[in-house]
Amino acid sequence: MESVTLQVLRYLPEEKSEPFYQDYDVPFQKKWVILDALNYIKDHVDGTLTYRWSCRMGVCGSCGMMVNDQPVLTCETFLETYLPGPIRIAPLSYFAVIRDLVVNTDDFLGKVKRAKPWLITDELKPVTEGEYRQTPDELKEYKQYSMCINCMLCYSACPIVGLDPEFVGPAAVALAQRYNYDSRDDGHGQRNKILMDDDGIYSCTLVGECSVVCPKAVDPAGAIQRYKVTGAVEWWKSVVMPWKSDK
Amino acid sequence: MDSRESTTSRTDDAGVEIPYQRFRPKRYQPRMSIFWWIHKKVYLRFIIRELTSVFVAIYAVILIVKLNALLRGPESWEVMTAALATPFSIVLHVIILLFVVYHSITWFLLAPTATVVRLGRKRIPDSAIIAVNFLMWLVLSVAVGWIILAV
Repeated sequence: MESVTLQVLRYLPEEKSEPFYQDYDVPFQKKWVILDALNYIKDHVDGTLTYRWSCRMGVCGSCGMMVNDQPVLTCETFLETYLPGPIRIAPLSYFAVIRDLVVNTDDFLGKVKRAKPWLITDELKPVTEGEYRQTPDELKEYKQYSMCINCMLCYSACPIVGLDPEFVGPAAVALAQRYNYDSRDDGHGQRNKILMDDDGIYSCTLVGECSVVCPKAVDPAGAIQRYKVTGAVEWWKSVVMPWKSDK
Repeated sequence: MDSRESTTSRTDDAGVEIPYQRFRPKRYQPRMSIFWWIHKKVYLRFIIRELTSVFVAIYAVILIVKLNALLRGPESWEVMTAALATPFSIVLHVIILLFVVYHSITWFLLAPTATVVRLGRKRIPDSAIIAVNFLMWLVLSVAVGWIILAV
C-alpha cells in the first residue's frame, strides 16, 4: 500500500455556505496516526486545511474528529486501522463548525461550567490546620471521573446532544460527579439543582456510546446513571422528610 | 463579546464602518436527519430497545384493566377473561412476553452501571451484581409460578 485517500469535510464560509468533501492522497506509513496524515496535508499539499491539535499524545483533548463516522482522538488513531480507505474525516458531530474541522466549543464549555466542576467547601479551614487530607480509598471514589480531558468525543457520540441541544451532556455530569464523590467537597446540593433540572441527567436515555468512545475510560454513562439513583433517593427523602431537604 | 467586536471593526475608504462579522463569517450548524439511527448498529439497537418498550407499557395497561375488572365483580371478570382468550390476545401476549424477557435481560445487564455496591473496602464486581439480579429474577419467577400452579 503506497498511498491512502483522506476525504476531508471542508467548510470555507467565505466561499461556500455548505461544507463539502475534498480528497487528499497521502503516502501511507505504518507508524502514522490520522493527525500525522493531516499534518502532512497541511505541510505539503494544502496549507489552508484547518484543524486543532496540540499535544500529540492523547492528553490535551484538542484533536477530536469524526473518523469514518466515529468520534476519536486523531493523535491516537492509526491510519493502518482504516486500510485500504478512503478515510472520511469530519468535524465532531452536532457542534457548530467554524472552519473545516474546527468546531465551536463555547456551548460545551458553558455546560461544563454550569456543573460547577470545582471544590466547593462550606467552611474554609485556616492554613494553620494544615492540608485537606484524603485516604487512597477516598481518592479512588472519584479518580476515574477526574481523568476527563474535555475532548468532547462523548458529546459527538450522544444522539441526545444532537436532538436536544440544551442537554447538559455526558462530560459535564461526569465532572460534577468527580467533585460530588470528593470527600473534601460540600457542593453536591448546588450541583443537584442544576443537574436534576429539565435539561439535566433525566434527558439521558442511556444510549451508552459516550462511555464507549471515551479515550480516558471515564464512563460518563455510568456517572449519569449513578446520578439518577442519587436523584431518586433525594426525591424520596424530600417527600418523606421534607424538613431535611433543600440543603 | 460586543466590545471586542466594536474595537476590531474598521472603516472602508468611504468612511463606512465594516463590522468585524465580515471576517468572522457564519458558522455551519449541522442538522440531524430523522433517520440518524439507521446508519449505526449501536443506535439501531438503542432505538429497537426504546420502541419495543411500548409493549411493556401495553402490558402494564392490560394489568390495570384486569385489576379494574376484578374490582367490578365476577361479571366483568368473565368478560375480561373471554377477551383475553381470543387468538389476537394470545398472540399479543406471546409478543409481549418476548419483549418483556428481552427488556429484563438488557435491564439486568445494565444494572451495574447505576449500582456501585461496596463490601468493606472492596467494590463488588459488575458480574456479581448481574448474577444476583438474574438469580433474584429466577427465584421470584419460580415463586410466582408455584403460587399460580398451587391455587
